[in-house]
Amino acid sequence: MGLRHIDGLRVGVFTAALLPALWLGYAFFTDRLGANPFEALTRSSGEWTLRFLLLTLAMSPLREAFGWRWPLRLRRMFGLYAFFYGLLHLTTYLWFDQFFDWPEIGRDILKRPFITAGMGALLILAALAATSNQAMMRRLGRRWKPLHRLVYPAVVLAVLHHFWLVKADLRWPAIYGIIAAGLLGWRLYRRYRRRGSPVVVRA
Amino acid sequence: MLIRRKSDLTEADVTDPAWYARRREFLQGTAALLLAAGGLRPAQAGHGGRALQYRPRPDLAAKDALTDFSDVTTYNNFYEFGTDKASPAELAGRLTTDPWSVTIDGEVARPGTYALEDILKPHGLEERIYRLRCVERWSMVIPWIGFPLADLIRRFEPTSRAKYVEFTTLYRPEEMPGQRRAVLDWPYVEGLRMDEAMHPLTLLAVGLYGEVLPNQNGAPLRLVVPWKYGFKSIKSIVRIRFTEQMPQTTWHKAAPHEYGFYANVNPAVDHPRWSQKRERRIGEFRKRKTLPFNGYAEQVAHLYAGMDLRRFF
Ligand code: HEM
Repeated sequence: MGLRHIDGLRVGVFTAALLPALWLGYAFFTDRLGANPFEALTRSSGEWTLRFLLLTLAMSPLREAFGWRWPLRLRRMFGLYAFFYGLLHLTTYLWFDQFFDWPEIGRDILKRPFITAGMGALLILAALAATSNQAMMRRLGRRWKPLHRLVYPAVVLAVLHHFWLVKADLRWPAIYGIIAAGLLGWRLYRRYRRRGSPVVVRA
Repeated sequence: MLIRRKSDLTEADVTDPAWYARRREFLQGTAALLLAAGGLRPAQAGHGGRALQYRPRPDLAAKDALTDFSDVTTYNNFYEFGTDKASPAELAGRLTTDPWSVTIDGEVARPGTYALEDILKPHGLEERIYRLRCVERWSMVIPWIGFPLADLIRRFEPTSRAKYVEFTTLYRPEEMPGQRRAVLDWPYVEGLRMDEAMHPLTLLAVGLYGEVLPNQNGAPLRLVVPWKYGFKSIKSIVRIRFTEQMPQTTWHKAAPHEYGFYANVNPAVDHPRWSQKRERRIGEFRKRKTLPFNGYAEQVAHLYAGMDLRRFF
Protein backbone atom coordinates (compact mmCIF):
# COMPACT_ATOMS: atom_id res chain seq x y z
CA MET A 1 0.00 0.00 0.00
CA GLY A 2 1.34 3.40 -0.91
CA LEU A 3 0.92 6.48 1.22
CA ARG A 4 -1.97 7.68 -0.90
CA HIS A 5 -4.07 4.85 0.54
CA ILE A 6 -3.77 6.16 4.07
CA ASP A 7 -6.70 8.24 5.13
CA GLY A 8 -8.90 8.78 8.15
CA LEU A 9 -11.55 6.29 7.14
CA ARG A 10 -9.09 3.52 6.58
CA VAL A 11 -7.13 4.16 9.74
CA GLY A 12 -10.34 4.18 11.77
CA VAL A 13 -11.71 0.99 10.26
CA PHE A 14 -8.33 -0.72 10.45
CA THR A 15 -8.16 0.01 14.18
CA ALA A 16 -11.75 -1.03 14.82
CA ALA A 17 -11.26 -4.31 13.00
CA LEU A 18 -8.31 -5.08 15.25
CA LEU A 19 -10.38 -4.67 18.42
CA PRO A 20 -11.91 -8.18 18.50
CA ALA A 21 -8.42 -9.71 18.36
CA LEU A 22 -7.13 -7.35 21.06
CA TRP A 23 -10.14 -8.07 23.24
CA LEU A 24 -9.71 -11.83 22.81
CA GLY A 25 -6.07 -11.58 23.82
CA TYR A 26 -6.91 -9.47 26.83
CA ALA A 27 -9.83 -11.68 27.88
CA PHE A 28 -7.72 -14.80 27.49
CA PHE A 29 -4.93 -13.58 29.72
CA THR A 30 -7.30 -12.22 32.35
CA ASP A 31 -9.38 -15.41 32.47
CA ARG A 32 -12.56 -13.88 31.13
CA LEU A 33 -13.34 -16.51 28.51
CA GLY A 34 -15.13 -18.91 30.83
CA ALA A 35 -14.41 -22.51 31.71
CA ASN A 36 -13.06 -23.48 28.30
CA PRO A 37 -11.03 -20.53 27.04
CA PHE A 38 -9.45 -22.50 24.19
CA GLU A 39 -12.79 -23.43 22.72
CA ALA A 40 -13.89 -19.80 23.13
CA LEU A 41 -10.85 -18.63 21.12
CA THR A 42 -11.58 -21.06 18.29
CA ARG A 43 -15.23 -20.13 18.14
CA SER A 44 -14.79 -16.41 18.37
CA SER A 45 -12.01 -16.27 15.77
CA GLY A 46 -14.12 -18.45 13.44
CA GLU A 47 -17.09 -16.13 13.80
CA TRP A 48 -14.95 -13.06 13.07
CA THR A 49 -13.49 -14.75 9.99
CA LEU A 50 -16.98 -15.29 8.66
CA ARG A 51 -18.14 -11.77 9.57
CA PHE A 52 -15.22 -10.13 7.77
CA LEU A 53 -15.74 -12.36 4.78
CA LEU A 54 -19.37 -11.26 4.54
CA LEU A 55 -18.38 -7.61 5.09
CA THR A 56 -15.94 -7.93 2.18
CA LEU A 57 -18.72 -9.21 -0.01
CA ALA A 58 -21.09 -6.48 1.09
CA MET A 59 -18.93 -3.62 -0.20
CA SER A 60 -19.77 -3.79 -3.92
CA PRO A 61 -23.53 -4.03 -3.34
CA LEU A 62 -23.31 -1.05 -0.96
CA ARG A 63 -21.52 0.97 -3.57
CA GLU A 64 -24.03 0.04 -6.24
CA ALA A 65 -27.10 0.52 -4.12
CA PHE A 66 -26.19 3.93 -2.70
CA GLY A 67 -23.60 5.18 -5.13
CA TRP A 68 -21.07 5.60 -2.31
CA ARG A 69 -17.41 5.39 -3.13
CA TRP A 70 -16.03 4.57 0.29
CA PRO A 71 -17.04 0.87 0.38
CA LEU A 72 -14.59 0.01 -2.37
CA ARG A 73 -11.79 1.63 -0.43
CA LEU A 74 -12.43 -0.79 2.44
CA ARG A 75 -12.99 -3.98 0.49
CA ARG A 76 -9.41 -5.18 0.36
CA MET A 77 -8.84 -4.39 4.03
CA PHE A 78 -11.86 -6.44 5.06
CA GLY A 79 -10.70 -9.31 2.90
CA LEU A 80 -7.26 -9.22 4.51
CA TYR A 81 -8.85 -9.11 7.93
CA ALA A 82 -10.94 -12.17 7.08
CA PHE A 83 -7.67 -13.93 6.26
CA PHE A 84 -6.05 -12.62 9.45
CA TYR A 85 -8.84 -13.94 11.68
CA GLY A 86 -8.90 -17.15 9.63
CA LEU A 87 -5.20 -17.65 10.41
CA LEU A 88 -5.85 -17.07 14.10
CA HIS A 89 -8.71 -19.55 13.91
CA LEU A 90 -6.57 -22.16 12.18
CA THR A 91 -3.78 -21.61 14.70
CA THR A 92 -6.08 -22.23 17.68
CA TYR A 93 -7.20 -25.45 16.01
CA LEU A 94 -3.68 -26.66 15.17
CA TRP A 95 -2.35 -25.79 18.59
CA PHE A 96 -5.02 -26.02 21.28
CA ASP A 97 -7.17 -28.65 19.60
CA GLN A 98 -4.56 -30.90 18.02
CA PHE A 99 -1.24 -29.88 19.58
CA PHE A 100 0.35 -30.13 16.14
CA ASP A 101 -0.38 -33.84 15.84
CA TRP A 102 0.07 -33.78 12.06
CA PRO A 103 -1.13 -37.31 11.23
CA GLU A 104 -4.27 -36.65 13.23
CA ILE A 105 -4.72 -33.24 11.55
CA GLY A 106 -4.32 -34.89 8.14
CA ARG A 107 -6.98 -37.45 9.00
CA ASP A 108 -9.28 -34.69 10.23
CA ILE A 109 -8.92 -32.73 6.97
CA LEU A 110 -9.64 -35.82 4.88
CA LYS A 111 -12.32 -37.43 7.01
CA ARG A 112 -14.39 -34.58 8.43
CA PRO A 113 -16.31 -32.64 5.81
CA PHE A 114 -16.55 -29.56 8.03
CA ILE A 115 -12.77 -29.38 8.40
CA THR A 116 -12.27 -30.07 4.68
CA ALA A 117 -14.59 -27.19 3.81
CA GLY A 118 -12.94 -24.81 6.31
CA MET A 119 -9.51 -25.70 4.98
CA GLY A 120 -10.66 -25.13 1.40
CA ALA A 121 -12.04 -21.72 2.30
CA LEU A 122 -8.88 -20.70 4.10
CA LEU A 123 -6.58 -21.85 1.30
CA ILE A 124 -8.55 -19.70 -1.11
CA LEU A 125 -8.29 -16.73 1.25
CA ALA A 126 -4.53 -17.31 1.46
CA ALA A 127 -4.19 -17.21 -2.32
CA LEU A 128 -6.29 -14.06 -2.51
CA ALA A 129 -4.37 -12.36 0.30
CA ALA A 130 -1.07 -13.19 -1.41
CA THR A 131 -2.24 -11.58 -4.65
CA SER A 132 -4.01 -8.61 -3.14
CA ASN A 133 -1.38 -5.90 -3.51
CA GLN A 134 -0.87 -3.49 -6.41
CA ALA A 135 2.22 -5.30 -7.68
CA MET A 136 0.40 -8.61 -7.93
CA MET A 137 -2.59 -6.92 -9.52
CA ARG A 138 -0.33 -5.51 -12.22
CA ARG A 139 1.50 -8.77 -12.70
CA LEU A 140 -1.65 -10.82 -13.04
CA GLY A 141 -3.35 -8.27 -15.26
CA ARG A 142 -6.53 -9.67 -16.78
CA ARG A 143 -6.24 -12.86 -14.76
CA TRP A 144 -6.52 -11.03 -11.45
CA LYS A 145 -10.27 -10.60 -11.55
CA PRO A 146 -11.24 -14.22 -12.30
CA LEU A 147 -8.80 -15.33 -9.61
CA HIS A 148 -10.41 -13.07 -7.04
CA ARG A 149 -13.87 -14.33 -7.92
CA LEU A 150 -12.75 -17.40 -5.97
CA VAL A 151 -13.95 -15.48 -2.94
CA TYR A 152 -17.47 -16.70 -3.83
CA PRO A 153 -16.70 -20.41 -3.47
CA ALA A 154 -14.74 -19.48 -0.33
CA VAL A 155 -17.87 -17.99 1.22
CA VAL A 156 -19.93 -21.01 0.22
CA LEU A 157 -17.36 -23.33 1.81
CA ALA A 158 -17.24 -21.19 4.96
CA VAL A 159 -21.01 -21.35 5.38
CA LEU A 160 -21.02 -25.11 4.77
CA HIS A 161 -18.25 -25.43 7.37
CA HIS A 162 -20.49 -23.66 9.87
CA PHE A 163 -23.59 -25.73 9.02
CA TRP A 164 -21.72 -29.00 9.32
CA LEU A 165 -20.07 -28.30 12.65
CA VAL A 166 -23.07 -27.40 14.82
CA LYS A 167 -24.71 -30.16 16.84
CA ALA A 168 -28.38 -29.26 16.61
CA ASP A 169 -28.94 -25.51 16.71
CA LEU A 170 -28.87 -24.26 13.12
CA ARG A 171 -29.88 -20.70 13.97
CA TRP A 172 -26.53 -18.97 13.49
CA PRO A 173 -25.40 -20.95 10.46
CA ALA A 174 -28.80 -20.13 8.97
CA ILE A 175 -28.49 -16.41 9.71
CA TYR A 176 -25.01 -16.18 8.19
CA GLY A 177 -26.11 -18.47 5.37
CA ILE A 178 -29.01 -16.21 4.45
CA ILE A 179 -26.75 -13.14 4.43
CA ALA A 180 -24.24 -14.97 2.23
CA ALA A 181 -27.00 -16.17 -0.08
CA GLY A 182 -28.29 -12.60 -0.36
CA LEU A 183 -24.86 -11.22 -1.24
CA LEU A 184 -24.17 -13.94 -3.80
CA GLY A 185 -27.72 -13.85 -5.12
CA TRP A 186 -27.45 -10.13 -5.75
CA ARG A 187 -24.43 -10.77 -7.96
CA LEU A 188 -26.20 -13.48 -9.91
CA TYR A 189 -29.18 -11.22 -10.37
CA ARG A 190 -26.95 -8.42 -11.65
CA ARG A 191 -25.28 -10.71 -14.13
CA TYR A 192 -28.60 -11.98 -15.35
CA ARG A 193 -29.95 -8.45 -15.78
CA ARG A 194 -26.82 -7.29 -17.59
CA ARG A 195 -27.03 -10.19 -20.00
CA GLY A 196 -30.72 -9.64 -20.55
CA SER A 197 -30.50 -5.93 -21.31
CA PRO A 198 -29.25 -4.64 -24.68
CA VAL A 199 -27.13 -1.89 -23.15
CA VAL A 200 -24.26 -2.99 -20.94
CA VAL A 201 -24.15 -0.72 -17.91
CA ARG A 202 -21.01 -1.27 -15.91
CA ALA A 203 -19.66 0.60 -12.99
CA MET B 1 -28.57 -39.62 61.37
CA LEU B 2 -25.56 -39.02 59.27
CA ILE B 3 -22.94 -36.65 60.44
CA ARG B 4 -21.99 -34.06 57.87
CA ARG B 5 -18.38 -34.47 57.02
CA LYS B 6 -16.36 -33.38 54.06
CA SER B 7 -14.84 -36.12 51.96
CA ASP B 8 -11.47 -37.40 53.05
CA LEU B 9 -10.25 -36.23 49.70
CA THR B 10 -10.29 -32.49 49.75
CA GLU B 11 -9.39 -30.09 47.02
CA ALA B 12 -6.03 -29.55 48.70
CA ASP B 13 -5.10 -33.21 48.26
CA VAL B 14 -5.73 -33.16 44.58
CA THR B 15 -3.87 -30.13 43.39
CA ASP B 16 -4.57 -29.08 39.84
CA PRO B 17 -1.70 -30.35 37.70
CA ALA B 18 -2.26 -27.74 35.01
CA TRP B 19 0.99 -25.91 34.49
CA TYR B 20 -0.38 -22.72 33.15
CA ALA B 21 -1.24 -20.08 35.66
CA ARG B 22 -4.90 -19.24 35.87
CA ARG B 23 -5.58 -15.97 37.46
CA ARG B 24 -8.57 -17.26 39.35
CA GLU B 25 -6.54 -19.96 41.04
CA PHE B 26 -3.74 -17.60 41.76
CA LEU B 27 -6.08 -15.19 43.49
CA GLN B 28 -7.74 -17.97 45.45
CA GLY B 29 -4.36 -19.29 46.46
CA THR B 30 -3.26 -15.87 47.62
CA ALA B 31 -6.44 -15.43 49.62
CA ALA B 32 -5.96 -18.82 51.29
CA LEU B 33 -2.38 -17.92 52.19
CA LEU B 34 -3.46 -14.64 53.72
CA LEU B 35 -6.15 -16.40 55.75
CA ALA B 36 -3.69 -19.05 56.87
CA ALA B 37 -1.20 -16.37 57.90
CA GLY B 38 -3.92 -14.86 60.03
CA GLY B 39 -4.57 -18.24 61.67
CA LEU B 40 -7.88 -18.65 59.90
CA ARG B 41 -9.26 -21.52 57.86
CA PRO B 42 -11.27 -20.76 54.76
CA ALA B 43 -14.99 -21.19 55.37
CA GLN B 44 -16.46 -24.63 54.63
CA ALA B 45 -17.25 -25.03 50.94
CA GLY B 46 -20.22 -22.64 51.05
CA HIS B 47 -21.35 -21.87 47.53
CA GLY B 48 -24.69 -20.44 48.50
CA GLY B 49 -26.87 -23.52 48.11
CA ARG B 50 -28.60 -25.50 50.86
CA ALA B 51 -26.06 -27.83 52.47
CA LEU B 52 -26.78 -31.56 52.36
CA GLN B 53 -25.97 -34.30 54.82
CA TYR B 54 -24.04 -37.11 53.24
CA ARG B 55 -21.51 -39.85 53.76
CA PRO B 56 -18.32 -39.62 51.72
CA ARG B 57 -17.37 -42.66 49.67
CA PRO B 58 -13.58 -42.43 49.35
CA ASP B 59 -13.69 -45.83 47.63
CA LEU B 60 -15.71 -44.21 44.84
CA ALA B 61 -13.71 -41.01 44.63
CA ALA B 62 -11.72 -40.45 41.46
CA LYS B 63 -8.16 -39.48 42.30
CA ASP B 64 -8.25 -36.66 39.74
CA ALA B 65 -8.25 -32.99 40.72
CA LEU B 66 -11.74 -31.59 41.20
CA THR B 67 -13.01 -29.18 38.58
CA ASP B 68 -13.63 -25.71 40.03
CA PHE B 69 -17.15 -25.20 41.35
CA SER B 70 -17.44 -22.09 39.20
CA ASP B 71 -16.61 -24.06 36.04
CA VAL B 72 -18.95 -26.92 36.95
CA THR B 73 -21.80 -24.45 37.37
CA THR B 74 -21.20 -22.03 34.48
CA TYR B 75 -20.24 -24.34 31.61
CA ASN B 76 -23.29 -26.50 31.04
CA ASN B 77 -25.03 -28.29 28.22
CA PHE B 78 -28.68 -27.98 29.18
CA TYR B 79 -30.45 -27.17 25.91
CA GLU B 80 -33.71 -26.52 27.77
CA PHE B 81 -32.12 -23.17 28.66
CA GLY B 82 -30.31 -22.51 25.39
CA THR B 83 -27.72 -24.20 23.24
CA ASP B 84 -24.65 -22.33 24.44
CA LYS B 85 -22.80 -23.24 27.59
CA ALA B 86 -23.43 -19.98 29.44
CA SER B 87 -27.22 -19.74 29.10
CA PRO B 88 -28.16 -22.40 31.66
CA ALA B 89 -26.35 -20.56 34.46
CA GLU B 90 -27.96 -17.28 33.37
CA LEU B 91 -31.51 -18.53 32.86
CA ALA B 92 -32.07 -21.56 35.08
CA GLY B 93 -32.56 -19.47 38.19
CA ARG B 94 -36.24 -19.02 37.44
CA LEU B 95 -36.93 -22.76 37.31
CA THR B 96 -39.29 -23.86 40.08
CA THR B 97 -37.88 -27.01 41.64
CA ASP B 98 -40.13 -27.07 44.70
CA PRO B 99 -42.75 -28.53 44.59
CA TRP B 100 -41.49 -31.32 42.36
CA SER B 101 -42.95 -34.68 41.62
CA VAL B 102 -41.75 -37.74 39.77
CA THR B 103 -44.01 -40.19 37.94
CA ILE B 104 -42.99 -43.82 38.08
CA ASP B 105 -44.79 -46.02 35.61
CA GLY B 106 -44.61 -48.71 32.97
CA GLU B 107 -43.60 -52.24 33.89
CA VAL B 108 -43.52 -51.70 37.64
CA ALA B 109 -45.47 -53.02 40.62
CA ARG B 110 -45.91 -49.68 42.37
CA PRO B 111 -46.61 -47.02 39.74
CA GLY B 112 -47.66 -43.55 40.78
CA THR B 113 -46.77 -39.90 40.97
CA TYR B 114 -44.69 -39.17 44.03
CA ALA B 115 -43.57 -35.96 45.67
CA LEU B 116 -39.80 -35.59 45.49
CA GLU B 117 -39.57 -35.77 49.31
CA ASP B 118 -41.20 -39.19 49.23
CA ILE B 119 -38.89 -40.35 46.48
CA LEU B 120 -35.83 -39.29 48.46
CA LYS B 121 -36.90 -40.10 52.05
CA PRO B 122 -35.60 -43.65 52.48
CA HIS B 123 -32.26 -43.03 50.75
CA GLY B 124 -29.09 -42.03 52.56
CA LEU B 125 -26.93 -39.66 50.54
CA GLU B 126 -23.34 -40.32 49.53
CA GLU B 127 -20.61 -38.23 48.00
CA ARG B 128 -18.93 -39.77 44.97
CA ILE B 129 -16.27 -38.08 42.90
CA TYR B 130 -16.80 -39.05 39.27
CA ARG B 131 -15.23 -38.07 35.99
CA LEU B 132 -17.73 -36.65 33.52
CA ARG B 133 -16.82 -36.93 29.83
CA CYS B 134 -18.88 -34.93 27.36
CA VAL B 135 -19.29 -36.20 23.81
CA GLU B 136 -17.88 -32.80 22.74
CA ARG B 137 -14.41 -33.78 23.99
CA TRP B 138 -14.25 -31.98 27.30
CA SER B 139 -14.38 -33.45 30.76
CA MET B 140 -14.76 -32.52 34.42
CA VAL B 141 -14.35 -34.14 37.82
CA ILE B 142 -17.35 -33.55 40.03
CA PRO B 143 -18.17 -34.42 43.65
CA TRP B 144 -21.78 -35.54 43.33
CA ILE B 145 -24.18 -36.10 46.21
CA GLY B 146 -26.75 -38.79 45.56
CA PHE B 147 -27.78 -42.42 45.97
CA PRO B 148 -27.65 -45.50 43.75
CA LEU B 149 -30.42 -45.66 41.17
CA ALA B 150 -30.57 -49.41 41.90
CA ASP B 151 -31.91 -48.71 45.41
CA LEU B 152 -34.79 -46.69 44.00
CA ILE B 153 -35.54 -49.27 41.32
CA ARG B 154 -35.74 -52.08 43.89
CA ARG B 155 -38.20 -50.05 45.95
CA PHE B 156 -40.69 -49.73 43.12
CA GLU B 157 -40.40 -53.37 42.02
CA PRO B 158 -40.16 -53.51 38.23
CA THR B 159 -41.86 -56.53 36.66
CA SER B 160 -40.01 -59.26 34.80
CA ARG B 161 -40.94 -57.54 31.54
CA ALA B 162 -38.93 -54.43 32.42
CA LYS B 163 -35.85 -54.51 30.17
CA TYR B 164 -35.09 -50.79 30.03
CA VAL B 165 -35.56 -47.67 32.11
CA GLU B 166 -36.66 -44.48 30.36
CA PHE B 167 -36.16 -41.05 31.95
CA THR B 168 -37.89 -37.80 30.98
CA THR B 169 -36.90 -34.22 31.75
CA LEU B 170 -39.42 -31.60 32.78
CA TYR B 171 -41.21 -29.87 29.89
CA ARG B 172 -42.08 -26.34 30.97
CA PRO B 173 -41.35 -23.77 28.25
CA GLU B 174 -42.52 -20.88 30.46
CA GLU B 175 -39.50 -21.51 32.67
CA MET B 176 -37.25 -23.28 30.19
CA PRO B 177 -36.88 -20.82 27.31
CA GLY B 178 -34.79 -23.21 25.22
CA GLN B 179 -37.88 -25.41 24.85
CA ARG B 180 -39.64 -22.66 22.90
CA ARG B 181 -37.52 -23.54 19.89
CA ALA B 182 -37.65 -26.98 18.32
CA VAL B 183 -33.89 -27.51 18.50
CA LEU B 184 -34.55 -30.98 19.92
CA ASP B 185 -37.71 -33.05 20.15
CA TRP B 186 -38.90 -31.98 23.64
CA PRO B 187 -39.21 -33.26 26.26
CA TYR B 188 -35.71 -34.70 26.58
CA VAL B 189 -35.70 -38.46 26.96
CA GLU B 190 -32.85 -40.77 27.94
CA GLY B 191 -32.65 -44.42 28.81
CA LEU B 192 -30.58 -47.27 30.18
CA ARG B 193 -30.66 -51.00 29.86
CA MET B 194 -31.86 -52.58 33.11
CA ASP B 195 -28.41 -53.96 34.02
CA GLU B 196 -26.84 -50.54 33.42
CA ALA B 197 -29.48 -48.91 35.58
CA MET B 198 -28.88 -51.44 38.36
CA HIS B 199 -25.10 -51.04 38.24
CA PRO B 200 -23.73 -49.77 41.56
CA LEU B 201 -21.93 -46.84 39.88
CA THR B 202 -25.17 -45.45 38.42
CA LEU B 203 -26.21 -42.55 40.60
CA LEU B 204 -29.29 -40.42 41.09
CA ALA B 205 -27.82 -37.10 42.15
CA VAL B 206 -29.45 -34.35 44.18
CA GLY B 207 -26.37 -32.27 44.88
CA LEU B 208 -22.77 -31.41 44.12
CA TYR B 209 -19.97 -29.88 46.15
CA GLY B 210 -21.94 -30.67 49.33
CA GLU B 211 -25.00 -28.62 48.43
CA VAL B 212 -28.26 -29.11 46.53
CA LEU B 213 -27.84 -29.13 42.76
CA PRO B 214 -27.78 -25.69 41.19
CA ASN B 215 -30.65 -25.54 38.69
CA GLN B 216 -28.28 -25.40 35.72
CA ASN B 217 -26.82 -28.74 36.79
CA GLY B 218 -30.17 -30.51 36.65
CA ALA B 219 -31.97 -29.72 39.91
CA PRO B 220 -33.61 -31.22 41.77
CA LEU B 221 -32.94 -34.77 40.56
CA ARG B 222 -30.63 -36.00 37.82
CA LEU B 223 -28.91 -39.10 36.60
CA VAL B 224 -25.13 -39.60 36.63
CA VAL B 225 -23.68 -42.47 34.59
CA PRO B 226 -19.93 -41.90 34.73
CA TRP B 227 -18.85 -44.34 31.99
CA LYS B 228 -21.15 -42.83 29.36
CA TYR B 229 -21.04 -39.53 27.49
CA GLY B 230 -22.61 -36.71 29.45
CA PHE B 231 -25.82 -36.48 27.44
CA LYS B 232 -26.93 -39.82 28.94
CA SER B 233 -26.93 -38.24 32.40
CA ILE B 234 -30.35 -36.65 32.05
CA LYS B 235 -31.27 -33.62 34.18
CA SER B 236 -34.36 -32.44 36.08
CA ILE B 237 -36.14 -35.79 35.91
CA VAL B 238 -39.96 -35.90 36.16
CA ARG B 239 -40.63 -39.41 34.93
CA ILE B 240 -39.04 -42.83 35.29
CA ARG B 241 -40.69 -45.47 33.15
CA PHE B 242 -39.88 -49.17 32.90
CA THR B 243 -40.22 -50.60 29.40
CA GLU B 244 -39.81 -53.76 27.43
CA GLN B 245 -38.64 -51.85 24.33
CA MET B 246 -35.48 -49.81 24.01
CA PRO B 247 -36.42 -46.15 24.66
CA GLN B 248 -36.19 -43.66 21.79
CA THR B 249 -33.65 -41.26 23.21
CA THR B 250 -33.55 -37.59 22.20
CA TRP B 251 -30.05 -37.23 20.73
CA HIS B 252 -30.38 -40.54 18.95
CA LYS B 253 -33.55 -39.27 17.29
CA ALA B 254 -31.85 -35.97 16.38
CA ALA B 255 -28.81 -37.60 14.72
CA PRO B 256 -28.95 -41.42 14.73
CA HIS B 257 -25.57 -41.88 13.07
CA GLU B 258 -23.85 -39.60 15.61
CA TYR B 259 -25.45 -40.59 18.93
CA GLY B 260 -26.27 -44.16 19.79
CA PHE B 261 -28.34 -45.54 22.63
CA TYR B 262 -25.32 -46.85 24.53
CA ALA B 263 -23.00 -43.84 24.20
CA ASN B 264 -20.26 -45.49 26.23
CA VAL B 265 -17.12 -43.39 26.37
CA ASN B 266 -14.85 -45.01 23.81
CA PRO B 267 -11.65 -43.50 22.40
CA ALA B 268 -11.62 -46.10 19.61
CA VAL B 269 -14.92 -45.02 18.09
CA ASP B 270 -14.93 -41.55 16.53
CA HIS B 271 -17.85 -39.22 16.49
CA PRO B 272 -18.40 -38.71 12.74
CA ARG B 273 -17.21 -35.13 13.08
CA TRP B 274 -14.34 -35.51 15.51
CA SER B 275 -12.02 -38.02 17.03
CA GLN B 276 -12.79 -39.15 20.59
CA LYS B 277 -9.18 -40.13 21.35
CA ARG B 278 -8.46 -37.12 23.51
CA GLU B 279 -10.31 -34.73 25.74
CA ARG B 280 -9.72 -31.41 27.40
CA ARG B 281 -10.15 -31.58 31.13
CA ILE B 282 -11.67 -28.24 32.04
CA GLY B 283 -8.99 -26.15 33.73
CA GLU B 284 -6.12 -27.88 31.95
CA PHE B 285 -4.16 -26.89 28.87
CA ARG B 286 -2.80 -30.15 27.48
CA LYS B 287 -5.34 -32.66 26.31
CA ARG B 288 -5.62 -36.02 28.03
CA LYS B 289 -6.06 -39.41 26.48
CA THR B 290 -9.67 -40.51 26.78
CA LEU B 291 -9.97 -43.82 28.63
CA PRO B 292 -12.27 -46.67 27.59
CA PHE B 293 -15.49 -46.39 29.57
CA ASN B 294 -14.08 -43.14 30.94
CA GLY B 295 -11.71 -45.12 33.19
CA TYR B 296 -14.46 -47.32 34.65
CA ALA B 297 -13.79 -50.32 32.36
CA GLU B 298 -12.89 -52.60 35.25
CA GLN B 299 -16.31 -52.06 36.80
CA VAL B 300 -18.52 -51.97 33.71
CA ALA B 301 -16.85 -53.59 30.67
CA HIS B 302 -18.47 -56.96 31.49
CA LEU B 303 -21.90 -55.44 30.81
CA TYR B 304 -20.96 -55.30 27.14
CA ALA B 305 -19.07 -58.57 26.77
CA GLY B 306 -19.47 -59.95 23.26
CA MET B 307 -21.03 -56.76 21.90
CA ASP B 308 -19.55 -55.00 18.89
CA LEU B 309 -18.96 -51.57 20.40
CA ARG B 310 -18.51 -50.02 16.95
CA ARG B 311 -22.02 -51.04 16.04
CA PHE B 312 -23.58 -50.38 19.42
CA PHE B 313 -21.91 -47.01 19.92
C1 HEM C 1 -12.52 -19.10 5.96
C2 HEM C 1 -12.36 -20.07 6.75
C3 HEM C 1 -13.17 -20.38 7.99
C4 HEM C 1 -14.28 -19.78 8.50
C5 HEM C 1 -15.06 -18.59 7.96
C6 HEM C 1 -14.62 -20.47 9.71
C7 HEM C 1 -15.70 -20.16 10.52
C8 HEM C 1 -16.04 -20.86 11.65
C9 HEM C 1 -17.20 -20.57 12.46
C10 HEM C 1 -18.21 -19.47 12.22
C11 HEM C 1 -17.19 -21.45 13.49
C12 HEM C 1 -18.27 -21.60 14.56
C13 HEM C 1 -18.02 -20.81 15.78
C14 HEM C 1 -19.11 -21.03 16.80
O1 HEM C 1 -19.61 -22.15 16.93
O2 HEM C 1 -19.45 -20.07 17.45
C15 HEM C 1 -16.04 -22.30 13.34
C16 HEM C 1 -15.69 -23.32 14.20
C17 HEM C 1 -14.63 -24.16 14.00
N1 HEM C 1 -13.76 -24.16 12.94
FE1 HEM C 1 -13.74 -22.84 11.41
N2 HEM C 1 -13.72 -21.49 9.91
C18 HEM C 1 -12.82 -21.46 8.87
C19 HEM C 1 -11.73 -22.31 8.67
C20 HEM C 1 -11.41 -23.34 9.52
C21 HEM C 1 -10.26 -24.21 9.34
C22 HEM C 1 -9.24 -24.10 8.24
C23 HEM C 1 -10.30 -25.10 10.37
C24 HEM C 1 -9.35 -26.24 10.70
C25 HEM C 1 -8.55 -26.81 9.89
C26 HEM C 1 -11.44 -24.81 11.19
C27 HEM C 1 -11.81 -25.50 12.32
C28 HEM C 1 -12.85 -25.17 13.14
C29 HEM C 1 -13.15 -25.85 14.38
C30 HEM C 1 -12.38 -27.03 14.97
C31 HEM C 1 -14.27 -25.21 14.92
C32 HEM C 1 -14.92 -25.48 16.26
C33 HEM C 1 -15.92 -26.57 16.24
C34 HEM C 1 -16.57 -26.69 17.60
O3 HEM C 1 -16.33 -25.88 18.48
O4 HEM C 1 -17.32 -27.63 17.75
N3 HEM C 1 -12.10 -23.73 10.64
N4 HEM C 1 -15.36 -21.92 12.20
